[in-house]
Amino acid sequence: MPTRNAPDVIVVGAGVVGAACAHYAARAGLSVTVVDRGPVAGGTTGAGEGNLLVSDKEPGPELELALISAGLWRELAELLPPQVEYEAKGGLVVASDEPGMRALRAFAARQEKAGVTGREVPGDRLHDLEPHLAPTLAGGFHYPQDAQVMPAHAAARLLRTGGGRIRPRLGEEVTGLLTGPAGEIRGVRTTAGEIHAPYVVNAAGTWGGALARLAGVHLPVLPRRGFVLVTEPLPRVVRHKVYAADYVADVASGSAALQTSAVVEGTPAGPVLIGASRERVGFDRTLSTEVLRRLAAGATALFPVLGGVRAIRTYLGFRPYLPDHLPAIGPDPRVPGLLHACGHEGAGIGLAPVTGRIVAACLTGDEPPLDIHPFRPERFADTEPPAPPAP
Amino acid sequence: MTASPSEPEPSAPEPSAPEPSAPEPSAPEARREPYDLAVVGAGSAGLAAAVTASELGLAVALLDASAQTGGQFHRHPAPTLGARRPEALHHDWSAFTDLRRRLAGSSVTHLAGHHVWSTVREDDGSWTAHAVTGADGTAGRPARIRARTLLLATGAYERQLPLPGWTLPGVVGAGGAQAMLKSGLVLPGRRVVVAGSGPLLLAVASSLAAAGARVPAVVEAAGYLRYVRSPLALLANPAKAAEALSHGTALLRHRVRVRLRSAVTEVHGTDRVEAVTVTRLDADWRPVPGTGRRIACDALAVGHGLVPQIELATALGCATRRLPDGTLGLALDDLQETSERGLWAAGETGGVGGAELARTEGELAAHAVAARLLGRRADGDRIAGLRRRRDRLRAFAEVMSAAHAPGPGWQDWLTDDTDVCRCEEVTAGRIREAVTELGARDARTAKLLTRAGMGWCQGRMCGTAVSCLAAHGGAPEPPAERRPFAVPVRLSALAALDGEPDDPHPRAP
Repeated sequence: MPTRNAPDVIVVGAGVVGAACAHYAARAGLSVTVVDRGPVAGGTTGAGEGNLLVSDKEPGPELELALISAGLWRELAELLPPQVEYEAKGGLVVASDEPGMRALRAFAARQEKAGVTGREVPGDRLHDLEPHLAPTLAGGFHYPQDAQVMPAHAAARLLRTGGGRIRPRLGEEVTGLLTGPAGEIRGVRTTAGEIHAPYVVNAAGTWGGALARLAGVHLPVLPRRGFVLVTEPLPRVVRHKVYAADYVADVASGSAALQTSAVVEGTPAGPVLIGASRERVGFDRTLSTEVLRRLAAGATALFPVLGGVRAIRTYLGFRPYLPDHLPAIGPDPRVPGLLHACGHEGAGIGLAPVTGRIVAACLTGDEPPLDIHPFRPERFADTEPPAPPAP
Repeated sequence: MTASPSEPEPSAPEPSAPEPSAPEPSAPEARREPYDLAVVGAGSAGLAAAVTASELGLAVALLDASAQTGGQFHRHPAPTLGARRPEALHHDWSAFTDLRRRLAGSSVTHLAGHHVWSTVREDDGSWTAHAVTGADGTAGRPARIRARTLLLATGAYERQLPLPGWTLPGVVGAGGAQAMLKSGLVLPGRRVVVAGSGPLLLAVASSLAAAGARVPAVVEAAGYLRYVRSPLALLANPAKAAEALSHGTALLRHRVRVRLRSAVTEVHGTDRVEAVTVTRLDADWRPVPGTGRRIACDALAVGHGLVPQIELATALGCATRRLPDGTLGLALDDLQETSERGLWAAGETGGVGGAELARTEGELAAHAVAARLLGRRADGDRIAGLRRRRDRLRAFAEVMSAAHAPGPGWQDWLTDDTDVCRCEEVTAGRIREAVTELGARDARTAKLLTRAGMGWCQGRMCGTAVSCLAAHGGAPEPPAERRPFAVPVRLSALAALDGEPDDPHPRAP
């Protein structure tokens, strides 16, 4: 019987967002098939640092998502095995001078009204939190709600939950969507055959725009490249996620040009991870020594002790960027049965649980945990480029 | 160094001349930049290319991490060791000394002690090689060498397949044992079993025996029948057969027994190697139950052939090809150019084939580079001759590569508690779990989920094994060799990279 094993919903993408969608849908009692052309965490999830941040977000819809998600991550950390390496390490944003400090103060005051806890740390107290920070910094803000996970394990372990209701089909690429007479979703066609289900969730991350195109709808997800420098393993020299104040402005910018700001953090395994760069150069995987120079310079300015430490590798990933910096989450009114859960830019690990909760609520007809109007997937419909003339 | 800053550095001196162990940081090379050609690697291929290109009139820089030329194949003792006859351990020594003599008489700028960690194409189409200097890459300022064309002759490194007990002291790489012997005249033990697969094993065993070690057995996983299946390649390369024969004769003289279709499947010992178990293999390299024999020894030299060292090229997006033994080499055109215009490669980077092939390819590439830069056609008798010799030797290399391709059954000698990644101490069992339970389907995800390959060696040691385990019985993808840092680089050196290269030849407005 072809329908006996048909799932209630198909999630396309086995990154952390797809895994979280599957997890919450399964928790709601649905059976889920997760399809990915590659392995688990093979795209942007596997190239991420695993940041769960509220500190870098302006008050607004994304911060609302982040705050709910921070609570969901705390709950998931109890449920998932220790390999997920959930660590409520806290973030520390530092400013090099007094004007920078004033800007941080104003930013933190606005965040506080939205529910973010931020505590000012004067320059002479920074060393209590981070003994190796450069002595010349003007001060900073400590954000205890910031946390970190190991992203590949987060995705892999979420897919193992669900009491048998989650079925991964890896190494299988979606080549088309199956639709009924009214254009409604009937399933997907893959390189290995057809899978039937009334709902399809687009959790294809940076490739979400391509999947939307298969469904005949416009969703302008663009890659925004980022490099991470990895040092040799060290004893714990960096305790928090530490970053320079200009990071917030870079995250919020829409510029295609290269932006870098120092983001430094230790990992349980020992290496220190150094970010963050942002540039829109398509899917170009070429090494940029200019990016590496800026990352190294930024990190050694914050932590001079790192100057003598060796970088042993660097890797890059492509953040799924939507023009207004908000993800696309929820049903697509243009294609009944199609839901989107992509375009989280650099915040996908952090925002995965809340995204999964919203998707599960939409599938079961429950009330989502917040107003999802800002994330509606069809909001870019009028930016669609004109169709090419028929051949 | 004795040269003044305005002079090119002296090329490799004769062995009798004292040579500084750590070269000085190099400011002087900026004077002559951009070079016509920068050659990375001063082994057989790079040396032949640099010398030939210089003799054809090009301004050439020759970079190598080592203080001496010769690469791995012609590795030789530092002059301070006072070795009387370094050639005793070498084939082709005269070919090397000939190149070294020509280098000394050439205008090639030999930049010894330069660890190239990245090569970058600039907007104008020229190349920049970024290097750190000093014996361990931590001396002086980072060096930046600019050139109109680039040739990668970075050689190969040894392929290892893990086995139970291989982390015991006394287990060394077969190539490593050879290198220890050639550079320091040091033996890894007194009773050394040589095992693995590939033509290097016979050479290693005869070197060890000649240097006074007992070699109770050479254990080769392949049979030699595969060679016989390609009689044309063998007939066309009588010198290769003679080389094998000379090793064979040496082994006979030292009463060394060669066991074919067998593998060391376990190493025994408490503090160091005390014995190994040698087991017969079936055609797929699966250990045949009940055939294990224990051989007492105090060292094991093990290696499964060589892997082209191509990370500088793959970081630039060069196309690769899968070699018959499952490794990746660079895809090259008929004149040794990679898929990236202006970037050539020679020697083991295009597939492991030995010193003579490396020299031939280096010389051929140099002619091709000269023709491109001087606006000539790359033809003529010399080039035609080099191409014929390259094709003949390359055909033999492919036969050799196929003969020693590991069979899928080798994984059967891995127990779940065998360490596969030694840097991060990741066992075979954990990698198998990542594949069967967690959804890893390739080496990259297996690495993400287990940390195998994330340590100091960046997967050079365990990459093959992790790919095989991740393939879960299917055909393993060769490790993709995406290592943006060819060597570790201090953050202070990275931070000191200038934004824009200085133009050494400012043009009139």
